[in-house]
Amino acid sequence: MEITKDEVKKIASLSKLEFTNQELEKFTKQLEDIMNMSHQLSKINTDGVKPTINVTDAVNILREDVAEKGIDRNELMKNVPEHEDGFIKVPAIIDEGEDNE
Amino acid sequence: MDYLKNDLTSLHQMLVNKELSASELMEATFDGIAKREPQIDAFLAMNKDEALKQAAAIDQRGINADNVLDGIPVGIKDNMVTKGLTTTAASKMLENFNPIYNATAVERLENAGMVVAGKLNLDEFAMGSSTETSAFKKTKNAWDQTKVPGGSSGGPAAAVASGELIAALGSDTGGSIRQPAAFNGVVGFKPTYGRVSRYGLIAFSSSLDQIGPMTRNVKDNALILNAIAGQDKHDFTTSPREVPDFTSKIGKDIKGMHIGVPKEFMDVDLQPEVREAVQNAIKTFESLGATVDEISLPHSLNGIQVYYIVATSEASSNLQRYDGIRYGFRAKDVKNLEDVYVRSRSEGFGDEVKRRIMLGTFSLSSGLYDEFFGKATKVRTLICNEFENIFKDYDLILGPTTTTAAFGFGEKTDDPIAMYMNDLLTIPMNLAGVPAMSIPGGFTKNGLPVGIHLVTPRFDEETLYQAGYAFEQATDFHNQIPTIGGQN
Repeated sequence: MEITKDEVKKIASLSKLEFTNQELEKFTKQLEDIMNMSHQLSKINTDGVKPTINVTDAVNILREDVAEKGIDRNELMKNVPEHEDGFIKVPAIIDEGEDNE
Repeated sequence: MDYLKNDLTSLHQMLVNKELSASELMEATFDGIAKREPQIDAFLAMNKDEALKQAAAIDQRGINADNVLDGIPVGIKDNMVTKGLTTTAASKMLENFNPIYNATAVERLENAGMVVAGKLNLDEFAMGSSTETSAFKKTKNAWDQTKVPGGSSGGPAAAVASGELIAALGSDTGGSIRQPAAFNGVVGFKPTYGRVSRYGLIAFSSSLDQIGPMTRNVKDNALILNAIAGQDKHDFTTSPREVPDFTSKIGKDIKGMHIGVPKEFMDVDLQPEVREAVQNAIKTFESLGATVDEISLPHSLNGIQVYYIVATSEASSNLQRYDGIRYGFRAKDVKNLEDVYVRSRSEGFGDEVKRRIMLGTFSLSSGLYDEFFGKATKVRTLICNEFENIFKDYDLILGPTTTTAAFGFGEKTDDPIAMYMNDLLTIPMNLAGVPAMSIPGGFTKNGLPVGIHLVTPRFDEETLYQAGYAFEQATDFHNQIPTIGGQN
């Protein structure tokens, strides 16, 4: 199969990643090679075979619906890059220029 | 401390007899690390002050004579969270991440009296086979510092092989414990999926990841697994089965054991010395009274294709959490929220991690899902069934752990597929969830270790240790000591 640079751009955007043009060239070729390797699976007959998502015997595990003490809020905030008054700080969701969208 | 001449049992005896205190052992451990680290570069973080404090506390209350792990230092691969001790997954993304809880496996080792000496290097987010994708340093092979230590648990493997530590925890998603164990001539054990809690293991591919011990001999390995195995309410994939004493069959003879050698594993392009080591291992097992047959696992080598769809798909989902908001790296000078996500991820992740996120997103994208992810999960079923069928007639599968011994730095970094092929022989066991171990099985003519790969049915770790121990006692490979910086 063939993968185009535009497809890779689209996958990058879905993945919340961005690449320079040069990186994009390299990744396109590598992704194509790897996907071609994986595509060899299409030759294997899997008619009627059920998928395996997980190899545990477990199905649904239930616990009593009892409240437990959680982790201290100040502890949780320790690794937050920016916070103020117990809230996580982020930049504005939209730029000024995008107001009309 | 000379860990190369001791095992857990002999060290424990010294502690019990008061020939050595836990504090002296800890001091000596850090002296040994300081001496070897300039050549090996296995550590990302030292826990010296805290470890010495814990050792002093153990001395104060006295060594528990019934607990072989009490007061023994241990190393932890840096993708398991350790409370108050920086945990990076060898990624710029988590460079300053300070966990507020312990992984269950770490917690259990500490409850058993072990003391965390430090955190060990790995490929970024455990994605790689040479530890070269670490954002921080290149760990060297204990036997030849111009060669890679393997990966992703390259730090734990090199630290144990060089005698910096007697034991370490690694994690294995497609071979990440067993391949570096083979490259460094140590024992690397991947337990049955569900045997050890993954709580606090930084998730890569959740249906494949499993924590396991890395040690210099088989019995030490089983003793560590005894401490970390068992159900955990924080990980619903852990098995409720009772945890046996994993040393219970160690020392029992293996007469009449049925061993199968998959012809697919021997038909691939193996380095001649690797092939020879497997043939010698077959003779050793036969001389111990086992019967060895050629068997077939027809779809096992398609595991690599299945793996690079399943593991990357799960990774693309698991790594969504690194968004620059709640923890981890946040890019500077961002102008809106989308920018925080995209720039933080693009600057925080290295190339291999990005490659795998992209592959996973691709495999799961609409229109391609059935063709890639769907197909891969069905072939995974075929592989699981093949193992199950073989184990109706055989107790153990034997083969090479890797196709070659350790390779040089930079040899495979520009060719992802060549790098991925490192795990050709170890991936099928992760897909099937069966336990597997690499043990020292020989050396190349250049003096690099070769690993022998042993596999048993799910939840039959005891037989795996029994067979490994029998082989170890019949051979001398595990007693060989690497030369580091011109010294033994």
